Amino acid sequence: MKPPVHPLAKRPQARSQWTVWLPLTVVIITLLLAPSLGMSSFVQSLIIEILTFSILALSLDILLGYTGLVSFGHAAFFAVSGYATAILASRWTPELLVTVPISIACAAALALPLGWLSIRLSGFYFLMITFAFAQMIYTAAFRWKWLGGSDGIIVPTPQLLGHPVLQSREAFYYTALGVFGIACVLLYGVIRSQFGRTLLGIRENTRRMRALGYNVRRYKLGAFVIAATFGGVAGILNAQFNLFVAPDSAHWSLSALVLVMVLIGGSGYPLGPIIGAFIVISLQHWLSSYTEYWGLVLGILFIVLITGAREGIAGITAALWGARRMS
Amino acid sequence: MAEFLTIQTLNSLVYSMLLFLLALGLSLTFGLLRVVNLAHGAFFLLGAYVGLSTWRYTHSFVAAALVAPAITVVIGALLEKLWLMRFYLRAELDQVILTFGFALVFADIMKMLWGKDIHGAPAPPAFSDAVQVGNFAFPSYRLVLIGVGVTLFTATWLAIERTRIGALIRASVADRVMVAGLGFNVHFLFTAIFAFGTGLAGVAGWLAAPITGIYPGLDFEVLITTLIVVVVGGLGNITGAFWASLLIGASETYGKALLPEFASFVIFGVMAAVLLFRSWGRDEEEVE
Repeated sequence: MKPPVHPLAKRPQARSQWTVWLPLTVVIITLLLAPSLGMSSFVQSLIIEILTFSILALSLDILLGYTGLVSFGHAAFFAVSGYATAILASRWTPELLVTVPISIACAAALALPLGWLSIRLSGFYFLMITFAFAQMIYTAAFRWKWLGGSDGIIVPTPQLLGHPVLQSREAFYYTALGVFGIACVLLYGVIRSQFGRTLLGIRENTRRMRALGYNVRRYKLGAFVIAATFGGVAGILNAQFNLFVAPDSAHWSLSALVLVMVLIGGSGYPLGPIIGAFIVISLQHWLSSYTEYWGLVLGILFIVLITGAREGIAGITAALWGARRMS
Repeated sequence: MAEFLTIQTLNSLVYSMLLFLLALGLSLTFGLLRVVNLAHGAFFLLGAYVGLSTWRYTHSFVAAALVAPAITVVIGALLEKLWLMRFYLRAELDQVILTFGFALVFADIMKMLWGKDIHGAPAPPAFSDAVQVGNFAFPSYRLVLIGVGVTLFTATWLAIERTRIGALIRASVADRVMVAGLGFNVHFLFTAIFAFGTGLAGVAGWLAAPITGIYPGLDFEVLITTLIVVVVGGLGNITGAFWASLLIGASETYGKALLPEFASFVIFGVMAAVLLFRSWGRDEEEVE
């Protein structure tokens, strides 16, 4: 049997680049024009949600797909920056130029010590320690009156240079698209850089990378902080869109949900997490009348995926593509 | 003060022994199969529900305590034979995700079958009275549970350290390929140990029901605490699981009594501290 070749292991050829870029451009143009062509406000908010969770899933994939570390506490950073936004906006100023940088810095600053401790472990123990840290943050958010307790915090309307902004659904839609675009470019930059390639090496064989003289822990910590930072970006989008943060945003069920997004789409594939977020969020809305048994749907997805399609949808597509190109 | 300490210590011992019933199965399963069974909490809750239904039908606590593990043993064995068996060669985390999927599915199926209400369960009539501890009355059923836990630990320890089957289990933990090569049926051993673990979880579910009640969501609460115990004790280490049960049981009971706001903070903190202590100065792949 031929060993599987990772899509990033070889440089994409010109032709395959076209086949990726062309549909992508069409999708982007459609998304940009859609509101003026009469896209309903419900669909707009659905897409905003998909974009938010795509960023979260993409950021988790830096750890899961490219470094080989399964974090079960990624929601922590999503929640921390959301809470930072809510607290700054409600108690100091809703000025975006203040809240956004500080909130992102909060997520990154928290990731530094937590990551420094967590990367001392790998495999199941890494999963458990990230879970423990996230659960501690959840408890703090749930119990501390200062953090709003179980009621959460209401986020005031954001301002830019003193003027209220992002009031309409459409304005938020374009902002979310812009933030998503920037996040994608930056994350793909990370993946394709020397740094990202080193992470792939660590995923494939940590001991060998260590023997080659790489400071494996420093790279893992870097990946952890980058993942948390972009998780924080998603958290800000979420807080600003819902104008509300709740302790649930740090709960392990959200971490599990993001994990399933990455796995469905295909971890380690550039488009995988986006496809996954699209499918999971759409399913959630489509099945909203059966939310009682949402766990059943999620569980079956987990079982089917791991039994039959470890590489997710992106993996299946890539495999089909390869087969067709071969013949 | 002395009474407070006595009562809390007794409570923590009861809780620890229930945790140990769960941790024992989970830890044995990991030691032998190298699978972290995240559906373990679901088997606990299933045992409680099956026990409840049996009790309603027969009005016998003992019958319920026998039927509950019987059902969970069968379902555990089926799960291992039909699904998990194919995953032994896969990465550890694939198995984690698979069993987590089963945990979610089982949780919702139980919700469909038994509803979302909180059910109570009776203590067995022989032990429904209370023992006087100072000015406090302590339910005698809880004292029985402490006895059950200690007995079980001793029995399992003896079975593993002193019997032929135990030797086979220890050998398989050390090197299962070699044991299979010597002509032993390792696969049967795997199924048996997995089913033993789910059976223990099932009986623990019913034994705990008079104290905890039975409700949806209990499975994940229990799973999380058990995982903490197993991780603190060291995956696959039974003696470790016993001491970790005592430690986590005491931390949680005293945490709830003294710092009610931050009880779950305490046990997660203990786990993080133990993990970090064990990993310090090692490469991350070598932490056991």
